[in-house]
Amino acid sequence: MTMKKIIIAATLALSVAAVAFAEQPTKATGAPGAVSDATTTATPSVPAMAALTAQTPAPVAAAAPVKKRELKANKVITIGMFGVIIAITMGVVVWAARQTKTAADFYAAGGGITGTQNGWAIAGDYMSAASFLGISGLISLYGYDGFMYSVGWLVAYITVLLIVAEPCRNAGKYTLGDILSFRTSPKPVRAIAAISTVAVSTFYLTAQMVGAGKLMALLIGIPYKTSIIGVGILMVFYVVFGGMVATTWVQIIKAGMLMSGAFLLSVLVMAKAGFNPISFFSEIVNSPDIQDHVSKLVLKDGVILSGINAGQRFLEPGLYLKNPLDQISLGMALVLGTAGMPHILMRFFTVPTAQAARKSVIVAMFLIGGFYVLTTLLGFGAAINLTPQGIISVDSGGNMATLMLAQQLGADIAPIFGDLFLAFLCAVAFATILAVVSGLVLAASAAIAHDIYVNVIKDGHADQHEQVMAARITSFVVGAFGIVIGIAAEKQNVAHLVALAFAVAASGNLPVVVFSLFWRKFNTAGVISGILVGTIAAIGLVMVSPNMTYPKLVAAGAKKIVIAMEKKQASLPAGAVLEEKDLKALEKGRIDATQDGTSMMGLEKPLFMLKNPGIISIPLGFLAAILGCLLFPSKRSEEMFDEVYVRQNTGLGMAKAVKH
Amino acid sequence: MAEKQYDWSAIAKNPKFVELHRRKRAFLFGWWIFSCVYYFLLPIGAAYTPGIFKIKMIGVLNFGYVFALSQFVVSWGIALYYAHIANKDFDRLTRELIDELHL
Repeated sequence: MTMKKIIIAATLALSVAAVAFAEQPTKATGAPGAVSDATTTATPSVPAMAALTAQTPAPVAAAAPVKKRELKANKVITIGMFGVIIAITMGVVVWAARQTKTAADFYAAGGGITGTQNGWAIAGDYMSAASFLGISGLISLYGYDGFMYSVGWLVAYITVLLIVAEPCRNAGKYTLGDILSFRTSPKPVRAIAAISTVAVSTFYLTAQMVGAGKLMALLIGIPYKTSIIGVGILMVFYVVFGGMVATTWVQIIKAGMLMSGAFLLSVLVMAKAGFNPISFFSEIVNSPDIQDHVSKLVLKDGVILSGINAGQRFLEPGLYLKNPLDQISLGMALVLGTAGMPHILMRFFTVPTAQAARKSVIVAMFLIGGFYVLTTLLGFGAAINLTPQGIISVDSGGNMATLMLAQQLGADIAPIFGDLFLAFLCAVAFATILAVVSGLVLAASAAIAHDIYVNVIKDGHADQHEQVMAARITSFVVGAFGIVIGIAAEKQNVAHLVALAFAVAASGNLPVVVFSLFWRKFNTAGVISGILVGTIAAIGLVMVSPNMTYPKLVAAGAKKIVIAMEKKQASLPAGAVLEEKDLKALEKGRIDATQDGTSMMGLEKPLFMLKNPGIISIPLGFLAAILGCLLFPSKRSEEMFDEVYVRQNTGLGMAKAVKH
Repeated sequence: MAEKQYDWSAIAKNPKFVELHRRKRAFLFGWWIFSCVYYFLLPIGAAYTPGIFKIKMIGVLNFGYVFALSQFVVSWGIALYYAHIANKDFDRLTRELIDELHL
C-alpha cells in the first residue's frame, strides 16, 4: 500500500512540477543552444543492447529525400523533472539511511521488503534503458524480430522462479558467496565468487554508464563527462547512505514511472487506431512508408518485394536477426544468466520468506512481460506514426523512436503536452539508469566487503559497525571506479558488454549455484573449476569474436565504400558533386581504408564467428563444475548436503526465520 | 547468532520431507524443461521453418506473431500454476513437516 502511495505521490509531484516549469519554456526555447539537437548522423548505440545481436544495423541508404525529423527535449521542463526525481530519491535516501544500522540492513534491507515491493524492484532493476528505448526502436525498424528479441528477457524469469529464487532465499544471506560457501571451503569459494560477481557487475555497469552518458548528451545536451559524473555521484550517494533500502525504493519508483509512461503512450497509440488491434496491424501492412522501408531492407539480401507483400514482411521474422545460432546462443545466456546475475540474486535476500520471494518473481514477471507487450505497441506505433525513415533520420539504431513518438502523440493533443510527455520519458530514462547502476554497485560492493573483507580477510570477525563501514567505503570506491570506467570507455564499443555479462553469469555462476543447491556430491573444487572455466570461456570467446574491432576487416569494408562512392561520382554528370552525406562517407572510407594491424588479441579476423558465446561457454561451465567436483571429492561437502537441502526446501534455520 | 541445532539428516529422511522434495523436484524441473523447449522453438522455428511463421491467422497477423505472443501467456501461465501448486501443496507439506518435528 505504502508503495502505491509513493508511486502515486511521485507521479503527481512530477506532473505538478512539470506544469510549474511549463510556464517558462518560451524564454528557454528562444535561446539558441539551450536545447539539444539530437539529429546525429553517427551511430550513438545508446542503449547498448539495440545493436547487440546480428549485425549492426547498417544505415539504410535513403534514396528518396526524407523529411528530416528532429527530437528536441525542452531543457527547462526536462531538467525540472530530473530535479524532482533527484529530490524524491534523495528524500528516500535520507529516510533509508536512518534505518540502515546493521549489515543485514545495508545488504538486504533487513529482510523487510514485501513480496510485491520486491517484484516492482526486480522489474526496476532489470529493465534497463536498453529495454525501454532499444527494443521498441528495433521493432519500429525491423518489426517482428524486435518483438521476438524481447521474449527471452521474460522467459528468463521462469528459471529464476522455479530454480533459484526460493532456495536462495532459504539458504543464502547477502551474496552469491554465501550460497556457494555453505558446504565448501569458505575462503577460496568466497574469493572466486566475489571476483565473478565483480566481473559481471563491471561489464554491465560499464555498458550502462556509457549508455547513460550518451543518452543524456543526446536528450538534453549535457556533456558526456558531466552526465557520467552526475549519474555516478547520485548512484554513490544512494548506495553509500541508503544501502539496499534506498536502492530498492529507487528501483520501485523507476518501475512505477516506466510502467505508467509505457501505458500512457500505448493508450495514445491505440487511440489513434481506434482501439482496434486488427486495424492497427493492417495499418502497418498498408503503410507505404513501411513498405518502402522493408523493400529496401530485403533488397540488400537480393530479394525484391513491394507493396502489400513488403508491408506483410514487416510482421515476419528475419529482417534483423539473421544468424539463428547467435540467437539461440543469446537465448541460452538470457534463460540461464538472469538466474545467475548477482544483483538479481541479491534481491531475494531482501524478503522475509520463500513465499515472498515466489510472489516477488511472479509480480516481476507480470510487470516485465506486460512492459514488453506494451513495447510492441510502441514500436509498431512508432513505425506507423513516425515512419521508419523518420526514425532513422534521428538515430540509425532507432533508439529514439519511443521518445519521438511521445512527443508527436502528445503534441497532437496540445503542443505543450508533447513537450511534457517527452520530458517525462526522458526523466524515466534517467531514473532507469540510476536504478540499474545502483543495484549493480550494491552487488559488487557486497561481494568485496562481505565476502572478501569480512569473511576472507577478517575471518568473519567484524562487528556490525565495522561491517557497515566496510560496505559503505567499498560502495564509495566501486562507484568512483564506475565513474572512471564510464569516462574512459566513452569511445569504446560497449554494445556487447551486456550480452557478455549475461553469458558470464550463465556459464560461470548458474551451474555452480544449481549444483550447490541440488547435487549432493558438489564441492569446493567444483565451484572453483566451474566459475573459472565458465567465466574465462565466456570472456575468451568474446575476445576472439566479431564483437572486437579488426582493423583489416574495417579497411576492407571501407575500400568497398570508397569504390562504390567513386563509381557513383563517376556516373554523375560532369561538374556535379556527390551529396554531402556521400562525400562524408567517402572521406571516412578513405581514412578507414588505410587502417592496418590486428585486434587487441592480435588477430586479423575473428576466430569464433558468433557474437554470443553462451552456446559453447555454458556447456563448458557445467562440464568443468562436474569434472572438478568428481576429480576432487569431498566427504564433508556430501555430509552437509542434507542440511543445505532441508534448509533450501523448508527455510529451517534461516537467519531471520519466521518464528515457529 | 545462536542458532537452534537441528538433526538435518534425520529431517532429510523424514517421509514427509522425502515426499515434499520428490514432488517439488518433479514439478520444478519438469516445467522448467517444458518452458525452455517452448521458448527455443521460437528462434529455431523462425530461422528454419519461416514458412510456418508466415501463415496468416487473424487478419494480417501470422502464426509467428501469435506464437511469440503465446510465449508471454505460457510464461505467465506457468508462473501462476506454480504459485497455485506451491501455495496449496508445497507450503502445506512444509508446514506439516515442521509441525511434526515440533520445531
